[in-house]
Amino acid sequence: MTVLNRPSRGTRPSLPVRTRAAVAAGNAAARASRAAGLGRGGIIGGRVSLALQPAALAHLCRDREVVLVTGTNGKSTTTCLLAAALRPFGGVACNASGANMPDGLVAALAASPTARYAALEVDENHLPAVLAETTPAAVVLLNLSRDQLDRTGEVRRTENVLRAAFAAGPSTMVIANCDDPLAASAAMAAANPVWLSAGNSWRGDSASCPRCGSAVREAFGGWRCFCGFARPEPAWVLDDGELVHRKGLRVRLAPALPGRANAGNLAFAAVAAASLGVPLDAAAAAAGAVDQVDGRYRVVGYRERRVRLLLAKNPAGWAETLRILAPGASPAVLAVNAREADGTDPSWLWDVAFGALRGRRIVASGDRAMDLSVRLSYAEVAHRVVPDPLAAVAALPPGPVELVGNYTAFRDAAARLAHAR
Amino acid sequence: MPGESAVRIGLLLPDLLGTYGDCGNAEILQRRLQWRGFPAAVIPITVDDEVADSLDLYVIGGGEDSAQSLAADFLARQPGFARAVGRGAPLLAVCAGLQVLGREFTTGHGRVRTGIGVLDLVTAPARDRAVGEIRTRPVPSLLTEALTGFENHQGHTTLGPAAQPLGRVEHGTGNGDGFDGAVQGRVVGTYLHGPALARNPELADLLLSWAVGTPLRPLEVPGLAELRRQRLSRPRRRR
Ligand SMILES: [Zn+2]
Repeated sequence: MTVLNRPSRGTRPSLPVRTRAAVAAGNAAARASRAAGLGRGGIIGGRVSLALQPAALAHLCRDREVVLVTGTNGKSTTTCLLAAALRPFGGVACNASGANMPDGLVAALAASPTARYAALEVDENHLPAVLAETTPAAVVLLNLSRDQLDRTGEVRRTENVLRAAFAAGPSTMVIANCDDPLAASAAMAAANPVWLSAGNSWRGDSASCPRCGSAVREAFGGWRCFCGFARPEPAWVLDDGELVHRKGLRVRLAPALPGRANAGNLAFAAVAAASLGVPLDAAAAAAGAVDQVDGRYRVVGYRERRVRLLLAKNPAGWAETLRILAPGASPAVLAVNAREADGTDPSWLWDVAFGALRGRRIVASGDRAMDLSVRLSYAEVAHRVVPDPLAAVAALPPGPVELVGNYTAFRDAAARLAHAR
Repeated sequence: MPGESAVRIGLLLPDLLGTYGDCGNAEILQRRLQWRGFPAAVIPITVDDEVADSLDLYVIGGGEDSAQSLAADFLARQPGFARAVGRGAPLLAVCAGLQVLGREFTTGHGRVRTGIGVLDLVTAPARDRAVGEIRTRPVPSLLTEALTGFENHQGHTTLGPAAQPLGRVEHGTGNGDGFDGAVQGRVVGTYLHGPALARNPELADLLLSWAVGTPLRPLEVPGLAELRRQRLSRPRRRR
């Protein structure tokens, strides 16, 4: 794993006795769960600790420099990059496996009780609760867009909830993308916003103004609405691979991860690390070297195919992923499920511009291969259907293959490929 | 701009009511025309545009609660929209779109609002949110094949005498009284996402035949028959 620091031993002396006991019980439960083969054990341990000591999260964050990372897309990646940026300067507690609700946070903190830093991804709808418990050094807000259609957590409601949390919070620094109108609308409520212009490739959910409902327009110097809501002036700009502060500080970013969105994620990680007093160039270099995140972007061999694993969960994620598919005509397996963890309504497929795949050899796969097949047909993308993602890979000629899956499709295919080698 | 000969599909408020993939309905209509040799264009109409009364067919989708009120405000000040519906232009309205086109609906904040009134129906808040697969048996005078989709709403819709339901619910919730949707002249409303026309080509072709004025020859879309077979065999009868 490139992402996890060595687990530290011992418990922080500053923890109250009851919290220390709760953490020990949680860690024991996590070990038991792992020993029983029940996964990584993180969440169950966090749940045990929280049940025994509801203030465990607050206590475990005390006396550390904590950065919370939230947003719809890129949370795990940015958190992982931030942890890498900080690691040369001290221990880092990090929930890089995506357990991003309070129990997952507690588990990650408890697993590294003496780490000086904490880089924590937080589910956007749980951020207010976490903010109420903790006083992070900074919050990173990457973007806001639609995620799972069958949930009632609508993106505009999420924006409202975050806006209220930032307005209620003390002077927490919020590092936010000023190019995303919904993220900007929420972060504007913060007493101390730090604006980063990292670009925004997806405007599907912010075409109408989060403040008045009219159309948000492109204008000189960024988007604006006639109600006066407009793009804030950035302190940091990601410009052609260079991260530039308006007072002249600059650093060239060299992300090992592909695509524009990941360059933006790296910029956020570097700025967040710098906000903790770490040298910007060293932080950017350490984060830039990360080349996979919890299995994503990894290339694995499978029956003479070199399979690159890509995760795309929602329209914004697919838009970005279609852009980073290898140029040229390397074939691709697209795998879509609609299980509980994916959201059971795959209607979002119709908000993905699959037409960009015309001319490429495509296999539609996953539980919902037929929904995808019909979508591709109407986008005039010729394709085959092979519901099993590994069989779909094997149905393609030897050589490079892109395998793009949504959440459970990606997770299952990655696990099977890891064992198939 | 598409020539006068092209069939023009007005996609109403994709910026407000485009949350549940319903914009796909417009793309599907366009393709089904093009593949049969009719030039066709999708004309998106955003909150800052005016609704032209001259388009051949209109579609409006579902969205979040706040967007629904804005959509009602918008349509209420569009004489072009009223003229188009008045002359019998086909219109497909899904979910929040269906509610807005009724006589009355309740906003997310609990305020009762006047709708556009092109469908004789009122929508009140239901006790529970209806989320999941839905299958209906359509009115036989319009369609013969079962309708399938995904619903996600908290509206209880009651039809008045001028509207008839689109289908009888076999699985799912729909309007909340055993039926789904509404048909009134050439205005068709439904709670089905999926989007609706992706899984229900017969409904797409009904709207298109109204728009072009002739019956359309059958069309084979790769994957569609199998998708329908899977979706229609999946949910078991509950009621
Ligand atoms: Zn505005």
